[in-house]
Amino acid sequence: MPHLDWFPLWLSLEVATIATILSAFAGIWLAWVLANRTFPGKDIVDALTALPLALPPTVLGYYLLTVIGRNSIIGHTWEAVTGSPLVFTPSAAVIAAMLHAIPLLVKSTRAALESIDHDFERAGRSLGASEWRIFWWISLPLAKRPVAAATALAFARCLGDFGATLMIAGDIPGRTQTVAVAVYDAVESGNTATARWLVLAISAITILLVFLSNRLERRRTA
Amino acid sequence: MIEAAIGKNFPPAEDSAGFELNVEFQAGPGITALYGPSGSGKTLTLDAIAGFIPPQTGRIQLNGQILFDAGTSVSIPPRNRACGYVFQNYALFPHMTVRQNLAFAANNLPRLERHRTIAELLERFHLTDLAGRKPRELSGGQKQRASIARALITQPKALLLDEPGRGLDGQLRAELYTTLLDLKTFAKIPILLVTHDTEECFALADNVLIYQTGRIVHRGSPLELLRNPGTADVATLLGDFTLFQAEVLTLDPSRQTSTLKMLGQEFNGPHLRGCFRGDRVTLCARPEELRIVDKPGDNRLRRSPLRITERPQAVRVDFNDGLIVDVPRDQWIGRPDEVWVDIPANALRQIKA
Repeated sequence: MPHLDWFPLWLSLEVATIATILSAFAGIWLAWVLANRTFPGKDIVDALTALPLALPPTVLGYYLLTVIGRNSIIGHTWEAVTGSPLVFTPSAAVIAAMLHAIPLLVKSTRAALESIDHDFERAGRSLGASEWRIFWWISLPLAKRPVAAATALAFARCLGDFGATLMIAGDIPGRTQTVAVAVYDAVESGNTATARWLVLAISAITILLVFLSNRLERRRTA
Repeated sequence: MIEAAIGKNFPPAEDSAGFELNVEFQAGPGITALYGPSGSGKTLTLDAIAGFIPPQTGRIQLNGQILFDAGTSVSIPPRNRACGYVFQNYALFPHMTVRQNLAFAANNLPRLERHRTIAELLERFHLTDLAGRKPRELSGGQKQRASIARALITQPKALLLDEPGRGLDGQLRAELYTTLLDLKTFAKIPILLVTHDTEECFALADNVLIYQTGRIVHRGSPLELLRNPGTADVATLLGDFTLFQAEVLTLDPSRQTSTLKMLGQEFNGPHLRGCFRGDRVTLCARPEELRIVDKPGDNRLRRSPLRITERPQAVRVDFNDGLIVDVPRDQWIGRPDEVWVDIPANALRQIKA
């Protein structure tokens, strides 16, 4: 076995972990809002959440560059606070990954929350519980399997992001080169051994995650 | 005391006919039954009082506190209404044990009181030994008791029960009645009981509101309703009444009597207020107030029994023309195929058609 640089795999796992945790908070909150609240512009928020699933990754990357690039307000503020730009860092890779993880989480979590028998939530309310308490003690525990399944799938999706990551985090070996980008890079430069091992590793992890996600999903309906 | 005036209109949609709920009532301590067929607005009334659905018009007060007022757009959120709600499917949280279900409800009590209140209610509802079980490990009757106990933890000012007897068999039903009658004596709060079961109504209720297509068409104590169902619809709903269509032949206000023509012959009837000779009237009678005798006479009809049904307390005999008579069992034995049905004047009560 030739000397292999496993850095892309570790970076991908790290990025995916952070992105999944952040997405879980944002996605579950958004799903709750969409499932329980009516407000003007709800349809637009609903559509916007689904958009990243449909748009070409490069287009998403382009939008992200506009929003968090060095000349944008967010990018500028980030640079002023941390001293370094946001784009072309592992943090940018996390943002790119989140963009795909959040819609997945919102869609499944919302469906799960909406499928809970409303009498449980009503019972909670009639017992004097706040909406916050109802969510943490009743809704989320009752929806935990589908939410966990969606989280596993979101993690897999984070691991595999290519287009948007390449555009805003770049392809800096040893710094921002994730597995998907490294495979592309290795194939382009004829480094087939590296490509093969990375492909095998990421495939194994992803298959495991999808398998886990399906099992979680199935046990709920059984 | 619950004082409610609730109006809500559901316009007809593609998949459903329109429905309008428009009810007004007061309910003091004790059990008030909301009785009527499915889809008459009983559960909707509970949901409006609990705050789960907003009415369009009206006002709801509990012990003088306004829970909802359409005029001033006041609507207290459900969690601040102090209305305990027992759901038709019990709605016990499936991922928690019985004790945890009660503890969830006890969260707003002072810390020191929590444990004691939970223990007390577990004891009162015979749940102490089952406290560690999940709802799926309980029988229907146990779930029932657990959900009532849970609703009482918050010390509600009113208790709303949605068809608690539904799906329970005879034994469990009897247990439920005992539980609810006990509850009535120690809780001393208004208890609204949604039911479409006549037996439940008469076993438990101090007062009955009779619902029909979104309106309260009659109200009173169970006995008052039996004495005077008011309209033919209510009599049919309560069941067992025999309805008579009659023509008024004579009226004698001084002797408080009348003569009526019904079922093809003349009968002595009670005094009919506000009637004139020649009027057509509807009357009703309870099966236990009619008698079966073996001799002809005044107010008697010759009939052959259509069907004979054994009942716990009596033998029910059905005749044609919808005539129903309950005969005490010992009086039925050995009756011939043809009998005389005695319809006493004081058994006949006028109702609206």
